[in-house]
Amino acid sequence: MSLATRERTQTPAPAGGLELWTWFFMRISGIVLVFLVLGHFTIVHLLGEGVDRVNFAFVAGRWSSPLWQTWDWTMLTLGLIHGANGLRVVIDDYVRRDGLRAALKSALYVASLIFLLLGTLIIVAFDPAKGS
Amino acid sequence: MPGPAGGEATIRVLRYDPDAGGAPRWQTYRVPYEPMDRVLDALHAIKWRADGTLAFRRSCGHGICGSDAMVINGQNALACKVLIKDLSQPITVEPIRGLPVHKDLVVDMEPFFDAYRKVLPFLVNDDPAPDRERLQSPADRARYDDTTKCILCAACTTSCPVFWGDGQYAGPAAIVNAHRFVFDSRDRASNERLAVLSDKVGAFRCRTVFNCTRACPRDIHVTRAIQEVKSEILKRRV
Ligand code: FES
Repeated sequence: MSLATRERTQTPAPAGGLELWTWFFMRISGIVLVFLVLGHFTIVHLLGEGVDRVNFAFVAGRWSSPLWQTWDWTMLTLGLIHGANGLRVVIDDYVRRDGLRAALKSALYVASLIFLLLGTLIIVAFDPAKGS
Repeated sequence: MPGPAGGEATIRVLRYDPDAGGAPRWQTYRVPYEPMDRVLDALHAIKWRADGTLAFRRSCGHGICGSDAMVINGQNALACKVLIKDLSQPITVEPIRGLPVHKDLVVDMEPFFDAYRKVLPFLVNDDPAPDRERLQSPADRARYDDTTKCILCAACTTSCPVFWGDGQYAGPAAIVNAHRFVFDSRDRASNERLAVLSDKVGAFRCRTVFNCTRACPRDIHVTRAIQEVKSEILKRRV
């Protein structure tokens, strides 16, 4: 079959897939995190009396507001997934043995999921009354 | 460093003899050189006058065939394009990294060409042929001009740490050659190429290290071409 006679119509669109979307996610989450993290540092650690005023009551006060709950939860989620995906990529790049790579990635996913659930639980179900 | 008058160069070559086995070892040669001599001339001087067992590839001797990419003073380059007088001595010469070494500076290029073939590096257009040639505007031609310059020397691919570490990554050269056709207005198979490159071992494996751009003896903006391929895949998906 020569190329000249070969039937070839343009296939619809490239598959894309996980690598495309994780790559895109890294770009977007990276930009969002710059603002969230710098904002967090400025507001919590620099403004007013700075980091010295941060104690249980300060956190309790902040997390009674849906704005700060959402801010912190978004920062947690994006940061965790962004970091976990970075580690996934490092493992893919540098671990050659299939078994070891699968084991490391499973451990990474399980740990990330636990951290994500724990963090979410603390932010969402935070009860200031329990602190005293 | 010797002055522009030339002199005697000390060259250390990483040698490997498959028949003798064992690990690669360094061998030092001293060669007289003229001011306009290149590393390739020094290798010729060694092979022709001092040690005929030295193995390396070269063909055109003028930076066009792409056969003599090697690691010169730690940097991927064509031996026929690097002047001895521009290098600090002793000059070290090693085979390009990440491909199996056959002998001395000769490596097995098959994995490199396998990745190249996968991206369909040829024009595909089965539309009925026009009366004369398939016309293209100068602007459309300019879109992929940079990536037409590739000579497949593998200097970029074998400078990429992802390629060294993993051994499966398609590598910059394959992506550059896909780019050359993906952005050609006459081509009809760009989606197929982009599908190959959206794979796990495709363009998204690039970590923008920029080693490839630095290594390219043709000054192709390799990393930029790879990024353009990535965003083209994204554009066609959203
Ligand atoms: S010998 Fe042909 S590119 Fe160097």
